[in-house]
Amino acid sequence: MKSKIERPFTAASFQAYLNENKLMGSHCPHCQAHFLPPRAICPHCYGDQLAWVEFSGQGKLAAFTTIYIAPSAMIAAGYGRDNPYLAGVVELEEGVKISGQILGADAAIGVPLTATFVERGEGEAKRRYLAFQIA
Amino acid sequence: MSKKLGRGVALVGAGMSKFGAFPDKSGRDLFVEAFQDMRQSVDKGFDPADIETIYIGNFSSDLFEGQSHTAPIMADVVGLTPRPATRIEDACASGGAALRQGILAIASGLYDIALVGGVEKMTNLPTAEVTDTLAAAADILYEIPAGFTFPGFYAAIASAYMHKYGLKPEQLMNVAIKNHENGALNPNAQFGVTIPAWMEGRKVAAQKKGRPVPTWQNEMEFLHDDSANPMIAWPLRLFDCSPITDGATAVLLVAEEIAPRFTDHPLHIIGSGQASDVALHDRDDLTSLSAARRAAQEAYAMAGVTAEDIRLAEVHDCFTIAEIIATEDLGFFAPGDGFKAAEDRVTARDGAKPVNTSGGLKSKGHPVGASGVAQAVEIFKQMRGEAGERQVARDLPLGLTHNLGGTGGTCVVHIFERRA
Repeated sequence: MKSKIERPFTAASFQAYLNENKLMGSHCPHCQAHFLPPRAICPHCYGDQLAWVEFSGQGKLAAFTTIYIAPSAMIAAGYGRDNPYLAGVVELEEGVKISGQILGADAAIGVPLTATFVERGEGEAKRRYLAFQIA
Repeated sequence: MSKKLGRGVALVGAGMSKFGAFPDKSGRDLFVEAFQDMRQSVDKGFDPADIETIYIGNFSSDLFEGQSHTAPIMADVVGLTPRPATRIEDACASGGAALRQGILAIASGLYDIALVGGVEKMTNLPTAEVTDTLAAAADILYEIPAGFTFPGFYAAIASAYMHKYGLKPEQLMNVAIKNHENGALNPNAQFGVTIPAWMEGRKVAAQKKGRPVPTWQNEMEFLHDDSANPMIAWPLRLFDCSPITDGATAVLLVAEEIAPRFTDHPLHIIGSGQASDVALHDRDDLTSLSAARRAAQEAYAMAGVTAEDIRLAEVHDCFTIAEIIATEDLGFFAPGDGFKAAEDRVTARDGAKPVNTSGGLKSKGHPVGASGVAQAVEIFKQMRGEAGERQVARDLPLGLTHNLGGTGGTCVVHIFERRA
């Protein structure tokens, strides 16, 4: 059975979904495994009959850091020594983990988070990114 | 059944350039220095024309120097064209992976004599661009958009480790203090100075400039001071991070049966393991690197030795937390005990399990693609009793190197044995 929207399992498709405020990954019907970011091939059974699946965006913080020495893209977005930001690994309720910017105060391992979508960059470089808000 | 090499391979020469920031030297200049140092180290001498193949570990001469296709240039500057010259890139494990390719080339029977080098010229770029270049060793589609930097990844690993095992950030500093103690005795180290000496240097500099002289009473006070040791990515501060470095390394590998032509004291490479892994966020356990565990298991099985047998190790301390986790992944200490071992000085030069006697990446410097080969240089010197002031004062029949790429997307482990 084909998924309703036949987008290929690529980073461009993942980004297109982010632009629609959707966190989408793939699912292997044979192994019942979820993949985020989306995979085109299941690493367990090597099957390729995967389908898109939407993630709830609910999860908890598994690991995090506050970054003071930022990369160029984050400096351009106004971050740095005087305006540090959080990045983390989030464990979603579906059981998979993903990286994202973490928004909000009082970060701690295990705090509940909700996916949100933030824009960074100017002009042509403007893009929507996955982030997580501390509840 | 454990995997075996097709035939024995021996390390018979090892050299390095000085590590540091050298505005007037290109990567190839540094490689020439490393090659000359390696030639000096071969006890019975050899004719460079006998070298049959060349592997060069290099992460990103493309972005650091605007130079791709690096291996033939390195072959050329030491007069070795038209021999095959291949660049190996596995991020910070490029050197270790190049070493492994040299070993496999000889073990295959195709070549008897291989030159393995490593080179990285990093200081041409401003820090932000170096940070961006290093970030390319992670997943640029799904990890970097989160805002992660390399210190950031290892800081996140540290946060998970702290949560699981009760590590406190100041306990990480034991690794930096130890590695600077060792590096202070390594004339090739970039920051070859102890942290207390560094602290006193800062006081003297302040006095000379007529500024208020800091009142740090000891190294821990110094390391807790935000102005002396600023936060890079919580919980990691400046002194938790390896530096940006220019440097090169070179080693000579030969088929075991011809080793006596070069030296009476070769190191036999009895174990070699390498593994890969998924992005950090895809891992079940964020406090251990499974590629390191797997590479170590493969190397131990090939060598027929256990973690307990290893007397000396150079491990990939790109960040303090990385050394702690490395000593656990290699089986030296149980999970969660690595930071206690560092605190108890078990891994100090005079401890039961000396780790990073060279000063490690932390103090010696971390020219990315050269670091994996530099580990073998230190093992060569220590196991042959040639490490000078930092020589471990015990017999060292078995040594190990552990070289990580990225956040553990690659790990390469080698085990060396001295029989004479």
